[in-house]
Order: sequence, then structure tokens, then C-alpha cells
Amino acid sequence: MCLAVPGRVLEIEERDATRMAKVDFGGVVKDVCLEYVPDMKVGDYAIVHVGFALQRLDEESAKQTLELFENLGVLEEEFGDAWGKAARDAGAERPAGTGLPPLKGAEKEARS
Amino acid sequence: MKYLDEFSDPVLAKRLFDDIRAVTTRPWSLMEVCGGQTHSIIRHGIDQLLPEEIQLIHGPGCPVCVTPLEIIDKALEIASRPDVIFCSFGDMLRVPGSGRDLFKVKSEGADVRVVYSPLDALKIAQENPDRQVVFFGIGFETTAPPNAMTVYQAKKLGIPNFSLLVSHVRVPPAIDAIMNSPDCRVQAFLAAGHVCTVMGTTEYPELAERHRVPIIVTGFEPLDILEGIRRAVIQLEAGEHTVENAYPRAVQPEGSPAARAMLSDVFEVTDRAWRGIGMIPVSGWRLSPKYREFDAEHRFSVTGIETEESTVCRSGEVLQGLIKPHECAAFGKECTPRNPLGATMVSSEGACAAYYLYRRLETPDKEASSVG
Ligand code: SF4
Repeated sequence: MCLAVPGRVLEIEERDATRMAKVDFGGVVKDVCLEYVPDMKVGDYAIVHVGFALQRLDEESAKQTLELFENLGVLEEEFGDAWGKAARDAGAERPAGTGLPPLKGAEKEARS
Repeated sequence: MKYLDEFSDPVLAKRLFDDIRAVTTRPWSLMEVCGGQTHSIIRHGIDQLLPEEIQLIHGPGCPVCVTPLEIIDKALEIASRPDVIFCSFGDMLRVPGSGRDLFKVKSEGADVRVVYSPLDALKIAQENPDRQVVFFGIGFETTAPPNAMTVYQAKKLGIPNFSLLVSHVRVPPAIDAIMNSPDCRVQAFLAAGHVCTVMGTTEYPELAERHRVPIIVTGFEPLDILEGIRRAVIQLEAGEHTVENAYPRAVQPEGSPAARAMLSDVFEVTDRAWRGIGMIPVSGWRLSPKYREFDAEHRFSVTGIETEESTVCRSGEVLQGLIKPHECAAFGKECTPRNPLGATMVSSEGACAAYYLYRRLETPDKEASSVG
């Protein structure tokens, strides 16, 4: 979780007086706060960590790093199904109320 | 065995390996601080492809691994409360506390949620005004600014049911502690690139000078790591000890001024215990008095925690580079990712997990590696 992942800014908006963006990480789109790199524009690449852009990056480096992180499994870790992974690692059932796979009746109630 | 064609640019990789070989005349030990670098090194077999004289020592740079047991136990205690929604990054789910982990607590019915960003936790707090929402704020200087901003926003927007269980750690004091250890074998550091993205390089010259140790700010890609090693060895061979930035595309000398300003507003420096290592002076952050109302430890007054650390696990020595994971007797036997005894086996940035994942069970056999 300590690594920061490069992504491309798709659109920018103000929310709660905070500069926010939709950022594309090789197919996964997330909300990202731009307050630490306020001069980002649509189309720019930034190094993003846990939903915050930390530094601008050039496009080529960004793409290379994304590819490497994909191979290292970092993208899966950052954006993937954490409960599913934890359940697999533990050799246990996925706890109720953690989404996928489709919920059974009792779980649905527990979640609502 | 690893081959050069696994590098993104095998020609450049070969040139860097050749350069390193050409400048190396004596044995040198280099520590890569960051767990992401460790992962990349093991995955690409960089340690096996380097000249025999060069030892890479894996450092403590995995925030999941160094979060103290007492804080994990506090997290488990708070998460178990019926009025609490406990939010965390996914990689904390299986970090063992004294006997259980967040995954188990969730299975027993607690409301534990995985979030991508601390801002997601703040949103959950806004949507659930009748519940207490606690975010597990761990991490190095890279993660601290997002968490700081979230607390700042909570205060600004007046969200009273949000709090942060905070256990942030700082890298430079850890480097200092490693160099001060009588068993220290480290002769140069590859500093963690993303930490420097935020903090810049200004904290390092004093350390490099005092310990007469080269510090090279290094990225994560295999070629970045090779370049970091090349520059470190050149300095070591020449008897120099300066700070160099080998990751300029992401690191400015001053780091991110906006993030640093937020850090010094929301947090204050404090002594912090590192799991497996112990107390390191001024190595952590906690919320500053101005934001203390958002401190989960303060809000929930979790006391009387009795921690119980595995007696077998040697992760403290792994984290300080004193042993390699496979030198721990439990490695791959009692201790596996399915049944981890220490956090270094849980986190993908942990050295034990990296060794396990890539089946690195024995001492690297450099003769069998294939360069060029
Ligand atoms: S192999 Fe397991 S028990 Fe040994 S040091 Fe690593 S985490 Fe601890």
C-alpha cells in the first residue's frame, strides 16, 4: 500500500471546496484529490497514492510504471477485491457483508 | 532463475549490470529501504544477477509490517464495538494482532470496511451520522499527507463522528537507528522514492554526513534500482558519501510543499515503536493538539491492552536487514501467507512474503544466474 500508482486525469471538479478529479489507472477509474498538485490539468499524469495526487509524472514513465505494477500485482492489491484475497489467503469463507459473490438472503439483510 | 529479458529494457539493464560489475572491486552492502523495491528486486532476481561482491539488505520500508502490535490490538478492540464502522486499507486485514486479525473480527460480525482512500472513510462518516467511523491511519510519509488532509477536511466540514487511529512512521529516523545499531552492516542506502516525492531530499544530507553513508533516492522499477545501485557503488568505491537523486522524474528536492505544510499543521513528531524493532525516537507522527478531538485513541480510550507477540517470529531482524527471511526457522513451515506469524509474511511489501512468493528458499546461487 505504500507505493503510489500513476494515473491520467480524465475530468476535474470542485467538491466541498476541494479540487477533485476522476483518474484512470489503466482501466480502473477512481476519485482523486488534487489539492497537493493543484495545477494538474485534464490529460496530465500524476503519481497517486490512496486517492491523492502527490506529484506530476511524464506520460512515458507513467505508462512504464503502470505496466510494472500490473506485473507485480500492485494494481490488483490497490484496486482489487481485498476481502476475496484475504479470504483466499486465510483459506476461509468470505465474511458476510463484504460484497461478491452474490449475496444470500441472510447476508442481504445483514448488509441493509 | 531470472533472465535479463524480463527487464523492460534488457539492453539498458545489461549495460547497467556491466557498469556495476566494472566499478566494483570490493564487497559492499547496500540497503534498499522500501518494501516495494524489495519486491521488485526479488521478482526480477536483481540480487542474483549482481556481482557477488554486492549484497542487498532488505530494509524496514513496509508500513504494514512495522505497525506496532499494540496499535493492531487497539484497532481490533475498536473495530469490535457495535457502534463503530472501522475502515482500513485492504492490506491490514490479515496482519496478526495478539491472536486475531481484522478479517477474523469481521467474520465475527464487526463492521469492518475496506476503503481505497481515507476520503472514502470520511464519506462513510457523513452517510452514517449515528455511527462512529474510525479510519486506520498507518503508513510512511507517502500516506501521511492523504490522512492529514482527511482529518483537516473532517474538522473543516464539521464531521464529529470521524476519527483516525494513527500510527504514522518516518523514514529518516529509522535510517539513523539502523546506522546506530552495533550490528549494522549497511554501507549505503537506496532511499524510498515515493517517500521523497512528498518529503524531498532535504532530510538526508545531514544523515549522509554524520554516518558517512551514501544515500541515493531510488525508484521502484528494476532499471531505477540498478541505477541506484550503480551510483551507490561508484560513491562507495570513491570513498564518498553524498545524497543523490536517481529518481528525478518523480522527486523534487523540496518534495511537495503543499503536502509538507499540511503534515506540519495536522501532525506533530513523536517517538514511535516499530513492530519487531522497538522504540525509535522521533520516528512517528501523531495528531497535533489542534486536531486531538479526531484521535481515535483519545476518543475510545482503549487501555489495558496486553500484547502477545509470536515467540518464533524473527521479523524484527528481517526488517533491520540482520537476517534474510529464509534464515528464520519458521519460514515456509509454520509461517506461510495462509498462516502468517509475522506481518512481514502478510504484506506483499514484506520481505518474507516476497521470498515466499518467488520461492526464494535458499541463499542466492549467483553462479547459476544468467547475465547477458
Ligand atoms: S518467516 Fe514468518 S516467522 Fe519468520 S520472520 Fe518472517 S514473518 Fe516472522
